[in-house]
Amino acid sequence: MTTTPVRPSEELLSPARPEWPDAGGHFGVYGGRFVPEALIAALDELTEAYAAMRRDPEFHAEFDRLQREYTGRPSPITEVTKFAEHAGGARVLLKREDLNHTGSHKINNVLGQALLTKRIGKKRVIAETGAGQHGVATATAAALMGLECVVYMGEEDTRRQALNVARMRLLGATVVPVTTGSRTLKDAINEAFRDWVTNVETTNYVFGTVAGPHPFPEMVRDFQRVIGDEARQQVLEREGRLPDAVLACVGGGSNAIGIFTAFVPDAGVRLIGLEAGGDGVGTGRHAASITGGDPGVLHGARTYLLQDDNGQTIESHSISAGLDYPGVGPEHSHLHDIGRAEYRPVTDTEAMEAFALLCRTEGIIPAIETAHALAGALVVGRELGPEALLLVNLSGRGDKDVETATAWFGLGQATTDGDARAVEAGHGAQPGPALGTADDTTVQDGTAL
Amino acid sequence: MSALAERIAGARAEGRAALIAYLPVGYPDVPGSIEAMTAAVEGGADIVEIGVPYSDPGMDGPTIQEVVEVAVRAGVGMRDVLAAVSAVAAAGAVPVVMSYWNPIERYGVDRFATDLAAAGGAGAITPDLVPDEAAAWLDASDRVGLDRVFLVAPSSTEARLLSTTAACRGFVYAASTMGVTGTRSTVSGTAEQLVTRTRAAAADLAVCVGLGVSDGDQAAEVAAFADGVIVGSAYVRALVDGGPEAVRALSVDLAAGVRRGQRVPA
Repeated sequence: MTTTPVRPSEELLSPARPEWPDAGGHFGVYGGRFVPEALIAALDELTEAYAAMRRDPEFHAEFDRLQREYTGRPSPITEVTKFAEHAGGARVLLKREDLNHTGSHKINNVLGQALLTKRIGKKRVIAETGAGQHGVATATAAALMGLECVVYMGEEDTRRQALNVARMRLLGATVVPVTTGSRTLKDAINEAFRDWVTNVETTNYVFGTVAGPHPFPEMVRDFQRVIGDEARQQVLEREGRLPDAVLACVGGGSNAIGIFTAFVPDAGVRLIGLEAGGDGVGTGRHAASITGGDPGVLHGARTYLLQDDNGQTIESHSISAGLDYPGVGPEHSHLHDIGRAEYRPVTDTEAMEAFALLCRTEGIIPAIETAHALAGALVVGRELGPEALLLVNLSGRGDKDVETATAWFGLGQATTDGDARAVEAGHGAQPGPALGTADDTTVQDGTAL
Repeated sequence: MSALAERIAGARAEGRAALIAYLPVGYPDVPGSIEAMTAAVEGGADIVEIGVPYSDPGMDGPTIQEVVEVAVRAGVGMRDVLAAVSAVAAAGAVPVVMSYWNPIERYGVDRFATDLAAAGGAGAITPDLVPDEAAAWLDASDRVGLDRVFLVAPSSTEARLLSTTAACRGFVYAASTMGVTGTRSTVSGTAEQLVTRTRAAAADLAVCVGLGVSDGDQAAEVAAFADGVIVGSAYVRALVDGGPEAVRALSVDLAAGVRRGQRVPA
């Protein structure tokens, strides 16, 4: 199938600013501010400073310069034809956020928030991190701009993502392992908020996703929307038309909001968020907040979350530390309720199959978070058929996940023996499939989708 | 008149501040926590803040986090909280529920208000609900005549002191320091200043001070300028270390403290 590139119209090139949130940070009934009064003044300060910064041409010039010269934007689009053979013949385009400096989309947001921190005159930043990508990005921006940096990370995650802990420390950040609660991202956020409420006069909280109290969901979206703004123009210039569907993984949801935002007004483009289905939503061991949760309040915002009958947050489960979060950004909750975006779960097994497939067919090792979106593309491609054009946000690279993948696929001995033939399929406790050749990498029906 | 305001006015008539004790439901277990609350009342607490266990207590320091985690894991819920409310009322103190917002929203705001009033509760303190987001709670608490206590902090602007105190009924909770709950060796100097600013915003509303008070001497210090002294982590520490007897002894010490404070009668 060939398409003649056509120059898109000016109107198509200028996507509109979303009509939400309102002045109080509400996306429909979601969002808002559910925080101690002590933090309201700091959130007001951030809201006002951000509004002023957004109107300041000097800020935009500096932000654009950093994105080009430091991050390496614009990130390219890569068409993956061999991978797409497993997606019902649909064409699959990847937006390569994995090629950004620091290896994921997280840098887009932290550069904006670090500039904002300097603007309000604070010298210390704190951040939460799950997979470590946001922590690394924050530590990077802090090093670049001369800010003190403290990163809170669940103790469990510091073990799962030891490489990123080392990177943060090399960059001069202090990593604080959090030992309360489930010792994962949710508890790291609690601890970061406790630090902030205590040290708010000197400290800015660089929040990593489109969740939390206003203005974080709006501000992080605005810093991340460059992904979709670029991709929409790149696809139009390359294909002369818009994609049929845009797919992204959703934990808190910043890479998904980043690529969705430009396409929200394009009614013909389906927006599909892939949540972490863990062992399967039916098992209760998952992190699919929209698919398997209910509206409530968590970490400062009303949104979908995993909770029990008493309103206690339920521990989430996912092979991917970056998606292992029991809540989701409030804008996603709104997009779900109004039917503009759809959210589907992808199990650990489905994600790891897609992970292996992209490695073997295209020579790209994706982050395990991102592999959830790739698994979704395999299913959606088969649903939409050979004429379909899919755009997938390749939100991060998988270097940090090499240990997890090695354990999953039972490749442990290969690294010591140097004999791949000796590798046993499904070695270890994980129910992982053998990492075979591309030809025998089978993909299941994806009935969980 | 609101039950909380009435009790605080009664203390003021005696020339002293009210003593407000916080204890969470469900530690060491539900009956044990009710026993501890009763001991706090017998030792001299006027008001008991009955804590609803919550999995993500963002305003609490390690002392309270640790015991609340026990209650959360045991599945303690609103029915247990309502039982504690009735027990505290029967013991002779005024019960007020202290809850992060999600457990109330999950239970149902209207249902919570109705059931709390029926159990003899005076109202609720909501540490992560600001009046800006509280429309449903304002309606429900008006409907059944419950008190509602919001927080003010040293960082609150004059405009927010006005709007927050206007939404309060019973008293306003002045969070004396910027930070989480926990005992501190000294009471922050910002506390008195915050009370003065809050009084300027709402002359008729009682101002009670929390965060950091741990013994009778600190209680006396705060009682000199506040209408009520709120003690949380120190009660929890006493319960963990010495059981209900230690809780009773702490109440006796604190109750003497609020009577030593040189409060000028209003």
